[in-house]
Amino acid sequence: MSPPPNSKPRVGLFVTCLVDLMRPSVGFAAVKLLEDAGCIVEAPVQTCCGQPAYNSGDRGTTRDLAMRLIDTFHGFDYVVAPSGSCAGMIKAHYPELFEEDPNWRAKADALAAKTFELTSFLVDVLGVTSVEATFDGAVTYHDSCSGLRELGLKSQPRRLLASVEGLTLVEMNDSDVCCGFGGTFAVKYSDISGAIVDAKAKNIEAAQAPTLLAGDLGCLMNMAGKLSRDGKPVQVRHVAEVLAGMTEEPPIGAARAEASSKGRS
Amino acid sequence: MTVHSTSPQFKQNAARALKDGQLQKALGNVKQGFIDKRRMAADKLPEFESLRDSARDIKNHTLEHLDLYLEAYEEKVQASGGHVHFARDAQEARDIILAICREAGAKTVTKGKSMISEEIEINRHLEANGIRPVETDLGEYIIQLRGELPSHIIAPAVHLNATQVEQDFRRVHTHLDAKRDLSEPVQLLTEARAVLRERFLAADVGITGANFLVAETGTSIIVTNEGNGDLTQILPKTHIVLASIEKIVPTLEDASQLLRVLARSATGQEISVYTTFSTGPRRSADADGPENYHVVLIDNGRSSMLGTSFEEMLRCIRCGACMNHCPVYHAVGGHAYGWVYPGPMGAVLTPSLIGVDQAGHLPNASTFCGRCESVCPVRIPLPKLMRHWREREFERHLTPATVRSGLRFWGFFAKRPALYRLATRAAMATLGFMGRQRGRFTWLPLAKGWTKYRDFPAPQGETFQARWQRERKGRAA
Repeated sequence: MSPPPNSKPRVGLFVTCLVDLMRPSVGFAAVKLLEDAGCIVEAPVQTCCGQPAYNSGDRGTTRDLAMRLIDTFHGFDYVVAPSGSCAGMIKAHYPELFEEDPNWRAKADALAAKTFELTSFLVDVLGVTSVEATFDGAVTYHDSCSGLRELGLKSQPRRLLASVEGLTLVEMNDSDVCCGFGGTFAVKYSDISGAIVDAKAKNIEAAQAPTLLAGDLGCLMNMAGKLSRDGKPVQVRHVAEVLAGMTEEPPIGAARAEASSKGRS
Repeated sequence: MTVHSTSPQFKQNAARALKDGQLQKALGNVKQGFIDKRRMAADKLPEFESLRDSARDIKNHTLEHLDLYLEAYEEKVQASGGHVHFARDAQEARDIILAICREAGAKTVTKGKSMISEEIEINRHLEANGIRPVETDLGEYIIQLRGELPSHIIAPAVHLNATQVEQDFRRVHTHLDAKRDLSEPVQLLTEARAVLRERFLAADVGITGANFLVAETGTSIIVTNEGNGDLTQILPKTHIVLASIEKIVPTLEDASQLLRVLARSATGQEISVYTTFSTGPRRSADADGPENYHVVLIDNGRSSMLGTSFEEMLRCIRCGACMNHCPVYHAVGGHAYGWVYPGPMGAVLTPSLIGVDQAGHLPNASTFCGRCESVCPVRIPLPKLMRHWREREFERHLTPATVRSGLRFWGFFAKRPALYRLATRAAMATLGFMGRQRGRFTWLPLAKGWTKYRDFPAPQGETFQARWQRERKGRAA
């Protein structure tokens, strides 16, 4: 399955729905990081991994979407996603979807084995220890739940961030506690989700870093939306943007006009 | 059986809890205390993670041979002079317990802490039949005075503060000096001890739960920190052990292994202050102990979980670590869940016991953050089991119609990549254009739940796939 040592690995970028729709710049940052690390990157036509259906109990739709994704990506050496949640769906849950179908189970297992979250792929698979990027100021990092607990992501993003020139990492309290997003949970149980993200926003603010980073856009949108609602001047970005040195786009939830004039406060 | 549950009103319960300032303050204690103590205890024991594996394996093995071990246990209890009663459901359990109490001529029954006794609502039944049940665990005693359910399986009164307890004591302990000082927690404790001491001595029957039942010896084991369990089971003439069938373990060695993960996971203690073993009634040479020893083994829905994906839930040893680490429990507390068992373990167990039509909210009200599973001493995959409930609800069309139609709408596009690209491209271009000025929306149709508490960040406008196609085409040319 792994490519011959001297050829460049062919990576299929699973861009994820939220990055595709909301913040394509994260996808292009991922492409840059992967290409800088010596990969050939392609982004085949794609939709969703099926997680919203899966977590809503709709196994039929989930299986349909999983089969489509398996077909789309089976030819690549690796599949990489800028999201612990979506990579976790493929890695930890796809095999379980096909427990009673040995043919598809084998395909799901094969895909799961070559699918990685972006920072984990760079550090754990490619052995990348540093990136060429500068970022001026302090950041705090939120560990998104699926990446942390399903994929063991914790040191990988921090290791890469440590190599960014000018950047200092300030840990917040409870960085490993859920932000309250939980997909449709944020809408279905909005009162509870609101209370959880309120606690998270307080921890972010207490860290006193002007920038918040994380590896999952769902969590980032939740936290950015809360911080802006409360008038907190924290800038929110996906970790890939900073690692790739691609921070020209305004932060998540920031206006295009004010972004260039408003410095970090 | 009529079950008194407010689980169907979970959302309203949660909304009320979130606005309850006193409760929110009390929940802050759960967040800090339990988590740090468990972490320290686990870190101090190098083999803690492998102990969790063996704890899981012991329970799995037992569940696979449950009938065998139940029979072995029954034989041993009988050989030691005790009686074993099997109750299929709560009503049978209540009838058996009442009959034993009547035979003992009981007026007062003391009780050690027991979640299964909450499940079968035994106190209500005894009271209705003229017998006075007295909870002797301090937390249980307090909530009994208040007519509440426990809000936590190991810290039943964790939702209360000392002032509330003081008010309850003044209301109920009217035989004491009205001007007494109860400003310090230790004064509350001393008063409860004095009042309970009289009840211990007056009790005709003592009821305890069981943390474990040991098949090889016919022993029941309880762990407590107050010593109330010992007085409950030693002083009265009759001791009744209430236990659900999955409390069985094969050997004392197995029980010892489980005890090593139990206290550490629950309170961060290496072992609880008291670990009490009881095997049958008092023997002729014993200094004390009950004359009559009864065990009521209660099924109440458990056997129907065997052989299903929910069998894994029967490994639960009731340590409470899942709720101690749950952001939803931290936000709303235990009473919002509406029945006996709160938190992640309740979200899986409650639908099994009272029906998913009643408790459907519980497995849905989770972010699937997975922190519960990461601390469970017997490695129950709680998020996975909650998801299985969601699947059952979806299959039975119990999922709300709005969610179903939303999923159908989204699924239609997600299965058709070309259409999906076209539709999302147009939608994101519109949203991106509309949100260009402010970068966020404070209100969006169909997203009221989201925008009630937070803004919705505006998309950048062009989708990744559209730009990728455009740029790669350019590159190729």
